[in-house]
Order: sequence, then structure tokens, then C-alpha cells
Amino acid sequence: MTLRDHAIRYGFIVLLFGLVAYFAIAADGFVSPQSAVFIFQSVAITGVLALGVTATLVVGGFDLSIGSVATSAMMAAAYVMVVLEQNAVVAVVVCLLIGAIVGLINGWLIVYMRVPDLLATLGMMFLLVGLQRIPTEGRSIATGMTMPDGSVANGKFGDAFLALGRHRFDFFIPNLIPVSVVVLLVLALLIWFFLEYTRFGRMMYAVGSNERAAELAGAPVKAYKIWAYVISGVFASIGGILLAARLGRGDIASGNNLLLDAVAAALIGYAVLGAAKPNAFGTAVGALFVGILLQGLTMMNAPYYTQDFVKGVVLVVALVFTFALSGRGRG
Amino acid sequence: MVGNAVFRVEGLRKSFGRNEVLGGISLELHSGQVTVLMGANGAGKSTLVKIISGVYERGGGTMTLADQDFAPNTPAEAIRAGVVTVHQNINDGVVADLDVATNLTLDRLSGKGVPTLFNPARVRREAKAVADRMGLAIDLKARVNDLSLADRQMVAIARALAHQPKVLILDEPTSSLSSAEADRLFALVDRLREQGVAILYISHRMSDIRRLADRIVSMRDGVISGAFDTKPLDYEGAVNAMLGRKIHLDQIVARSSAKPVLTVEGLRIGLGARPISLTLGDGEVVAITGLVGVGKTALAETLFGVRKPLTGTMTMNGKPYAPRSAGDAIAAGVFLVAKDRATSGIVSGFNIERNVSLPFLKRMSTLGVLKRRLERATARRQIEELSIVCRSEKDEMSALSGGNQQKVMVARWMAQNAALFILDEPFQGVDISARRDIAAKLRASANGRATLLFVTELDEALETADRILVMSEHTIVGEHRNAEVDLDRLLAEVAGGPLHSAA
Ligand SMILES: Nc1ncnc2c1ncn2[C@@H]1O[C@H](COP(=O)(O)OP(=O)(O)OP(=O)(O)O)[C@@H](O)[C@H]1O
Ligand SMILES: [Mg+2]
Repeated sequence: MTLRDHAIRYGFIVLLFGLVAYFAIAADGFVSPQSAVFIFQSVAITGVLALGVTATLVVGGFDLSIGSVATSAMMAAAYVMVVLEQNAVVAVVVCLLIGAIVGLINGWLIVYMRVPDLLATLGMMFLLVGLQRIPTEGRSIATGMTMPDGSVANGKFGDAFLALGRHRFDFFIPNLIPVSVVVLLVLALLIWFFLEYTRFGRMMYAVGSNERAAELAGAPVKAYKIWAYVISGVFASIGGILLAARLGRGDIASGNNLLLDAVAAALIGYAVLGAAKPNAFGTAVGALFVGILLQGLTMMNAPYYTQDFVKGVVLVVALVFTFALSGRGRG
Repeated sequence: MVGNAVFRVEGLRKSFGRNEVLGGISLELHSGQVTVLMGANGAGKSTLVKIISGVYERGGGTMTLADQDFAPNTPAEAIRAGVVTVHQNINDGVVADLDVATNLTLDRLSGKGVPTLFNPARVRREAKAVADRMGLAIDLKARVNDLSLADRQMVAIARALAHQPKVLILDEPTSSLSSAEADRLFALVDRLREQGVAILYISHRMSDIRRLADRIVSMRDGVISGAFDTKPLDYEGAVNAMLGRKIHLDQIVARSSAKPVLTVEGLRIGLGARPISLTLGDGEVVAITGLVGVGKTALAETLFGVRKPLTGTMTMNGKPYAPRSAGDAIAAGVFLVAKDRATSGIVSGFNIERNVSLPFLKRMSTLGVLKRRLERATARRQIEELSIVCRSEKDEMSALSGGNQQKVMVARWMAQNAALFILDEPFQGVDISARRDIAAKLRASANGRATLLFVTELDEALETADRILVMSEHTIVGEHRNAEVDLDRLLAEVAGGPLHSAA
């Protein structure tokens, strides 16, 4: 392998370690359990969403609705528990259903109605952003809130539900690993195995690379595409559940950055290990990268707008890694 | 001869990684002559062409154009200098999302001295001039995406010729053209030859070569292995030089079959077309020939379940057969090597191994989990079986020569036993010896299934099949046992002769 091959393969991993080293020196307290917990927590939710969008990228699509699916799921969880006074299980099931249904509708719009993926999911995003505010007329949901009809909502978040966001497992240091991180790891492993080792995953890549060839090889292309959006929707709703559990209420103002961070993570994933294609491992590393970057910058007291700027720079660099350096041709 | 070479290549080298593809090529092109370059699949022809046309950097050697050093860094530079190329992968030569008119004038839309504003009327006028000069009968407003491969090929060629080249390079230009279109191309090449253009022509079709060649240069494994320029040209010698051995042709002993596998009755595949009835037997190899556009691909796709017939029934091994998707067909044991590998066969993101296993993932997995070892073993076996030139089963498809990519497509579907094996133009870009090889393998393994080939080239049908059917206007108009074929009748049927002679 030439130097360039090495650069393509390991460039981003080196960059990741470099970043950690830099923050360790430059930002006081970066190397501490608290900061690790914070990074894990922020990585978890973005990561779950990013894994979902990875599935749609694999089939050659894109899902812009993930952020709004997550916030809708969060609002729905709060509504189910606080207003309808149901338990945690019901809340979780409702959220997952919302994710699956939105995914199905996205898939249907794209596959059968032939709406281009970006437009269909953008439309869905607007729709959900509005829809999630209708039941409470735009108010956040918390125990004791006054409903539009004047009644007071007295339900509350179940302990089991809150534990999803707040419980931490011991790992060498007590209280280190939040539940959400475990969820992320499990989902990452699942989707990685699914994409790399099962025939369904393989076919999804084939659909993304040459749809007609996949069809002539016997694949039900339409079904695969719809499934990809269902996976994306369900993963996004899991992200929403984790978000609701962490906040403990249905906060209308949170989750604004979810879409962009998740998409950035998935696209950075293209560059990891020179994969040059959407992949689960890369996406997980990408999410970690984004998480570390944000935490580091926060601890260095960088204002929020510089964070967006730096994120953008990193994304552009990652894309250059993927598309320019590994570009074939002039050999 | 030495004095009048307009274009000269000396000691040209090229390696991909450690793999040396060109080992010092020297070649001369003379103005007003067609030099045919012959070479087996993977010999390095397209690589040579890509260096000359500025797509690849060379690894060593020199090139001169009219005694001036010629070292294009980009394709645009080569074109400006008058060295114009139509590549083997024609999708490189056209912009799929634009219409034909824009494609034909594309190169005038950029560069120096071009008005900044895009003037659609002028574009259409210029495009019409280019198209007329070539006798191109294509709707100039059509999007290239919607054209057939043959039409796209003509657009790519027309676009190249719009430049008034000094040197013209055609890399397998006829591999997807019908004979009528090929004739038009030949006439054009004749005209350019008269105008003094130096032409390098690459093809695996002997009929093209016989028709056009003034000189033949053979290459093998990245070096020149023979040059022939005394008339009459020694075609056999050229083939032997490119292969490094003599090629022998086994005479086909036409078999007939007693046991029907597929019976088709009253199948109508086009509005107004007469119904098709045919029976394919076990162990039999049947070729359907006919011009491009007479419905061969439509019939293949109908048998494979990706296109619905208007009317008609099919029976496979005694059971009704009405596939509603490719998946259904494959489950019933009907396999199709589809035409035009780049659009309907190759998954470019996958390596050879994954391309080979694609249709059979279900059979190669337990509970959905792929058996990777089986997958690798299958790919290795198929590479061996069809003598695919590659470093390993992990090679990307883009690292294979065109003919070897095609062999991967055939290998994919030969990996498992079929009940009905359909191949639509399976020899596109495959060299003579590999073509005979594949034909022999098809015949040797024919027992236990019916084999149906769709080929435009009559030679390919004669070399491979037991029975030859002729298609015209979306129906079958003639049938011949491949023993004493009445060629006159057959050719008349191909040309759409009197239908009352039809079977
Ligand atoms: N981008 C690449 N990377 C690595 N190897 C390559 C690449 N392109 C071509 N090769 C190798 O170079 C050799 C020559 O390929 P080339 O395409 O020039 O053959 P060709 O003579 O045009 O064959 P064909 O008749 O099949 O088109 C092949 O063995 C091929 O595997
Ligand atoms: Mg070639």
C-alpha cells in the first residue's frame, strides 16, 4: 500500500486520536469521568439516529425526517405518560410505532409515489414539526401543565422510563456508562452485523449501487427501500425515547441539532477506514468524533456558533477524504 | 512506411500497483489508414487508449503527434490537439442527464472564445449539423438517459467526430450496434480515412476487422506481438499472434431434444405484434437472432418475468409458468444474463466475488447470514471456469477489462444450475477465444436445462446453437436447424423479408 492508501484508510482514526490528545492538553478537565459521561450521552442519541440514516444511505436514499421523528417520539412519550397517564411500556411502544409508521409513509412516498427522497422526507419533517405541537397547542409537556381545555395533566414520567436516560452502569469507575450508550452499542452491533453479514444487508448495498442490477438479480427492490426507511424511522424514534428519558419532559425546543449532527456522523463514516460507502462502524466512529468535538469545544468555552463552524469544517474534510483522495482514475 | 506516421507511441509503459499492464508498447498510426488493434480480453488495449487520450498518466515512454511531443494531461487537452477517442465504456462519452443536442455540442460549450450565454437555438442548429453529417436519426430533444445503448453509442461517436480529429480512436464501437448502424459507422470511417484521418480501431468482431483494416497490430499481455501490413492481410496470423496459439473451431453437431422444458403459446410482446409460440427442449441450445430493436430483449425480459406479456401462456416442465418478477423466475430456475452489463448487471460498488453471488444470496446463507466461505469458493471456481483475468476474487469490477467484466456476468449465472438459461448478448466485448470457450461450456453443460441465446451477430448464433430462430417485428419469423442452414433465407428473414415464409 502506498502512503496515500494509508492516509485514506487511517487518516480519520488518526485525526480522532489527535483531537482527543489536543483537547486533553488544551481543555482542563477533558480527561475526566464527567466529561466522558457527557460525551457518551451526546454521542448516544446522535449515534442512534445516524445509524438509522445510514440504512437509507445504503439503499441510495436519504432521510431528512429523522430529527423530527425523534422529537415527535419525545413529545409522544411525554403525552402518553403525562396526559394519558400510561406506563413506560405503552410510551415506548407508541414511540416505536410512530417511527415505523413514519418510515412506512416515507418509503411509500418515495417508492410508489416517486417523490424524490430528499423532498419526501423534507415534507415529512415539516409535517411532523407541526404535528407534534398540535395536541398541546405548542406547549412543552411536563407534569402539572395546564392543557388547552383548562384541565391539569397529572401523569408523570415512570421511573423505569427515566432510567433509560439517567441510569448509569459501573464500568471500572462507578456510574460511568449511561443506558443510552448501551442501547447505542447494541444497535450499532445489530446494524453492523445486518449490513455486513446478512443477505438482506448485502442486497441493500446492491440496491444502492445499481438498482436495476439488483432487481434483475431477483431482489424485491421496492420492499428493500421501504424497509430502509422503516429502520431509519424506528431508530430515530428510539433516539427520541432516549431524549425524552434524559430530559424528563417533552421539551418543544430541544433536538434542533439532531438531524445535522446525525447526518454529519453518517457522512464522516464514509471516510473511516477508507470505506467510501455508508457503513455502521464508520457511522459510530463518526458520532464519537462529533461528540468529542462538541464536548472539547464546550470545555474550551468556544461559543456555540464556532461549534457549528468547526463541525462543518470537519464534515467537509471528511468528504474530501472520501471522494477526492480515494477517487480512482489517474492511478 | 516510416516517414508518414502522424502519431507515434514509443516504449509506453503502465502499471496498476504492482501489476504491469503495458510493458513497452510501440505503435504508429498513419494518416488515411485504419490500424486495427487486436488483443485478448485484458491485453491492455483500453489502457493504452486511455493513456493516449489523457485519461491515465503513463508510466513511461513517449508519444508524438506530427513530430511534436504529445503529452496530454487531461482528455480535453488531447481533444484540442486533435486526438479524439470514443471509449469502450460509452457512458464516459455522454452526459446522461442532458439531451442529445447538448451532448453533441458539449465540447463547444466550454473552452476559449465561447460566448458565456447559452443559446438554445444555436445549440440546436449546430447539433443538427453534426447529426446530419453522420446521418444520425435520433430525436435531438431526447434525453440521453432514455436512449438505448446503441443510440447512445452513436451519440458518443457523433460527438467525437464533431471535432474534426487528426487521430480518431474507436474502442469497440460496434459491440452494441446493430449491423445497419455498424454499416453507417463503417461508411463514416471510410470517409474519414479518405480525408486523411489516422484511425485506431479496436474490435473483437472479425467482420468489422475484415471490412475496415488497412493494417493490423496484435498485442498480447501488454506487448505488441505482431504487426501485419501487407495485403492481403493475414487475419489468421493476427489472431494467432494475439492469442499466442492457434485457435481451432469445433464444428457444431446440431442436437435435437425430445423433452420440452419451456413451452410458450400465443405470447404477444408488443402492440400489434403477432403472437409467438415456441418450445425449448432439454439439452438444446437455441439462438434467437434479429436486428437490434426487433424485440429480442423484450422477449428475454418477458420470459424472465420483468415484463408482462399482452397475452399468452407459458409452461415450464409441465407446470404453468407465469413469473411476476425476476425473483419468481429465479426461484423457478430461470436465469437471465441481461444485456448491457454496465446498466443492468454490474454492481460497481461490489468486488468480483459479491457480483458473482448476487442472485444466489438466499442459497448461500442460513437464516439470512451469509456463508462467506462458500461465497468465496464459488467465486474462485467461476473465475477459474471462465478464465477471468484478475488478481483475485476481491478485485473491484472497475479494475477489470471490459471483456472480463462481461465474463463475470456470465459466470454469475453459470454458478448454479438453471432449468432455463437465457443469455441476452452474452458476448458483448468478449474476445474470440473466450467466446468460443464460453460457447463450448454452454454446450457442454446444456443437459438438464434449456438454453436460449439472444444475439445480433449471426456468426455467434452459428457457432453456438443447435437451432436458430429469427425475430422480426416482435415475433418469430423463421426457424433453422444449425446443420445445413439456408443462409439466404435466414438473412432475408432477418432483414424483415416476406412474412409468409414464417414458421
Ligand atoms: N483501474 C485499474 N486498476 C487495476 N487494474 C486495471 C485497471 N484497469 C485495467 N486494469 C487491468 O489492466 C489489464 C488490461 O486492461 P484493459 O482494460 O486495458 O484490457 P483490454 O485489452 O481493453 O481488454 P478488453 O478486450 O476486455 O476490453 C487488465 O488485466 C485489467 O485487470
Ligand atoms: Mg477494453
